[in-house]
Amino acid sequence: MAKPKLALYWAASCGGCEIAVLDIQEKILDVASAFDIVFWPVALDFKYADIRAMADKSIDLCLFNGSIRNSENAEIARLMRAKSKTMVAFGSCALEGGIPGLANLTTKEEIWSTVYKDSPSTIVQNGGKFPQVQTAMPEGEIDIPEMWGTVKSLDQVVDVEYYVPGCPPQPEQIWAVIEHIVSGKPLPPKGAVLGAGEKTCCDECARERKEKKLKKFYRPYEIQTDPQECLLDQGIVCMGPATRSGCGALCTKANVPCRGCYGPPPNVLDQGAKMLSALSSVIDAQEPEEIERILDGIADPMGTFYRFSLAHSILRRVEK
Amino acid sequence: MAFEPKIIGFLCNWCSYTGADLAGVSRIKSAPNVRVIRTMCSGRVDPAFILKAFQLGADGVIVMGCHLGDCHYQEGNYKTIRRIPFLKRLVEGFGIDPRRLRLEWVSASEGDRFAEVVNEMTEEVRKLGPLTLSVREEMQREAAHAQPA
Repeated sequence: MAKPKLALYWAASCGGCEIAVLDIQEKILDVASAFDIVFWPVALDFKYADIRAMADKSIDLCLFNGSIRNSENAEIARLMRAKSKTMVAFGSCALEGGIPGLANLTTKEEIWSTVYKDSPSTIVQNGGKFPQVQTAMPEGEIDIPEMWGTVKSLDQVVDVEYYVPGCPPQPEQIWAVIEHIVSGKPLPPKGAVLGAGEKTCCDECARERKEKKLKKFYRPYEIQTDPQECLLDQGIVCMGPATRSGCGALCTKANVPCRGCYGPPPNVLDQGAKMLSALSSVIDAQEPEEIERILDGIADPMGTFYRFSLAHSILRRVEK
Repeated sequence: MAFEPKIIGFLCNWCSYTGADLAGVSRIKSAPNVRVIRTMCSGRVDPAFILKAFQLGADGVIVMGCHLGDCHYQEGNYKTIRRIPFLKRLVEGFGIDPRRLRLEWVSASEGDRFAEVVNEMTEEVRKLGPLTLSVREEMQREAAHAQPA
């Protein structure tokens, strides 16, 4: 019997998801023996043309990481969708825009101005010309993919069967997902989130929680935190209450507040709104002036609450 | 056609919804722009409901609850008094004028006050003009390209 075909692709991502796949260590050999890997640009030398030559739905499983922020990302997302039976949004960027999705806080023009003109380390050349999709060269016209003004998640561009959250997904979770698929066990219903829990990150966190009553928020550098006690109890904005479980509360183990990379918990539409709701409940103040003063202590709510999920939030981007 | 603001009102069951009812039976005239959604408590209004209202086409959202100290559930509206100012900051972060989101206390006996805050909010949003959000256009585009199941 022919082995099932596996494809991996990276769109707008950092490559961490690819490293996470290799972090399953020697089990990668089991993956190689269970699957026929037909496409994996970061590790193996296949070309887009190889995929285009394949019959539709001939790839059994595609693990797609990275968000969609230019015409090439979208083109390959559509190509992989057409050729794959099962499309998995793999990692925070594919799932909900991820860190690249923070570009939705601003505009393409502002980003380009910073990068090509205004940043202190930039030497402006050619009058600070921005990249052009098409450029005439002596040898003929050349083109590059067009960058979009708004970053999108994979499921905003193509149909997706499953989601594996995490920045990056934890190796043991990746292995559990692959093992499940290899075993031939029945797959969960379409739209399921795999390789993660059904509760919040707090559920996996070993820190001691008390009744939360906050008079002041601190940034991590402002206080020495107790290593046993809940970080939120100590006034650190920790995304745990609004984040899906599955990572094993890695960050809080290392004395760092949860950043929210596993995305919203089940049945939550908007991670930022949920975090706001949770924090509102624990602020210990009833006078409007005092409430405003306490809220002033939360630096950058947009970037903190939507660090990974902005592109997939209810409003998706900032209006400019 | 002149712009008529679309405003979603989340009204608590025990005070403000009854207050709105009183305005009705007392035949107090007020702007017809607020579409009322009854919730058991102003503290039940998840911030996501409000963002969703903006996403789906609201020009403004008004949340009404019992006066402080009068909450049927003791402290539901104390959650609201922290949540809405916080959400105003977030809404502003999204580039939406925070005046499009308002919190008012209206008791069951204040039919006249209900009419007053509805008129005020309607006039304010009318001055601000229609709310345009790129997410609305984007979702329409996606729906148009959706593959049949």
